[in-house]
Amino acid sequence: MTAPRAQELGIIGCHVCGLVCRAPASDDAACPRCGAALHRRRRNSIARTWALLVAAFILYIPANVLPIMRTVSLGDVDDNTIISGVVELWIKGSPSLAVIVFTASIVVPMTKFLVLGTLLASTQRHSRWALRQRARLYRAVEFIGYWSMLDVFVVALLTALVRFGFLSQVEPLPGVVFFGLTVVLTMFASMSFDPRLMWDLSDDD
Amino acid sequence: MSTPEHGLAPADPTDSAAAGRLHASSPRLVICEHCDTVHRGHALAPGEAMRCVRCDALLARYHVLNADGMLALVLTALIVFLIANVWPVVTLGLGSQQSSTTLWGTIVMMWEQGAQLVAVVAAATLFFFPLNKMLMLGWVLFFAREGRRAPGFASIMKTLYYLQPWTMSEVFVLGAIVSIVKARAYFDVQPDPGIWAYGVLMLLITVFSGIDLRSLWDVTEDA
Repeated sequence: MTAPRAQELGIIGCHVCGLVCRAPASDDAACPRCGAALHRRRRNSIARTWALLVAAFILYIPANVLPIMRTVSLGDVDDNTIISGVVELWIKGSPSLAVIVFTASIVVPMTKFLVLGTLLASTQRHSRWALRQRARLYRAVEFIGYWSMLDVFVVALLTALVRFGFLSQVEPLPGVVFFGLTVVLTMFASMSFDPRLMWDLSDDD
Repeated sequence: MSTPEHGLAPADPTDSAAAGRLHASSPRLVICEHCDTVHRGHALAPGEAMRCVRCDALLARYHVLNADGMLALVLTALIVFLIANVWPVVTLGLGSQQSSTTLWGTIVMMWEQGAQLVAVVAAATLFFFPLNKMLMLGWVLFFAREGRRAPGFASIMKTLYYLQPWTMSEVFVLGAIVSIVKARAYFDVQPDPGIWAYGVLMLLITVFSGIDLRSLWDVTEDA
């Protein structure tokens, strides 16, 4: 690979406005055009991403175990977790939407945990394995991340809509708060990971 | 300037005026944000996209829209956004009773039902962030039509950059569809104008997501 990297040329790109600058000597330099802080790499990227990812994973457990929504109709109480909501949608509504909700609530978060964990571990070990594919995986994770908020919005809408007093009523339960937090934390985690670190390999790596 | 030949801006505020001029007149360097590889930028032909040679990330894409076109798009989105927020999204019917909600009805209800955190996230990602994004973009584009930088240009562009991942109207649309299907098993469901407006908004957002706002830095100059 012959294309030069900014680090080798002693230049730095502003992450906000894209201006190419000579790399500053000090750590707290600002972009001359937009005033954003200039960083060669995101600060403490690996440690910060690990911390956010682990926190998100811990919150993902109550998000799945605790019910996210309660339906009360004629005194009948029915609590739904994420997974039982998917099953119900499959049986009573539409299997294709059940697949979408399952993807957004289970597959996407799990994929994020796995992919970011793998990227972090392989970057820490200075691995040269599948670099281009790993770069692509990271971009995919960044792109799909926020769609996980789907189930949170469904619960919010049903809570606001199903208000028929004794006949039928929907309430949010704590699981949905944990799930919302999980999604926000995984988004922060993928933002704090610096994919350039994957490519920062010396010749003896 | 000690090294004018490479056309790089020095990260030294005292030189910034000279750097700006230099930058505009020299072949532009593009640094891949995903792997730090340096490329020489060039004007793109219609339909052309520039990809990183090392990691294959998208570096730049040709855009049909100029500032005028983008402003028209933002104003359209603003109007549609207002419609989407004023009209109810869905109405449910059970016997003779009816129940409908707007976005704000949903947010307030989540707050009252003990899910304040969800209410705050929803208010931010579905109302305040999208609205602010459109207003700020409109402001910046209004001046960019004449190649000028709006008052507060730098801080607005920075705010837009950080808001970017935190607007979720598209996800809300999908959420509304799922809610309709779920509710259909027990209630009479009637979609309201709000949902259609949200659908249109979703399309406009998709068009917008392909536009690299950084180009506004290159097509404008300080007034």
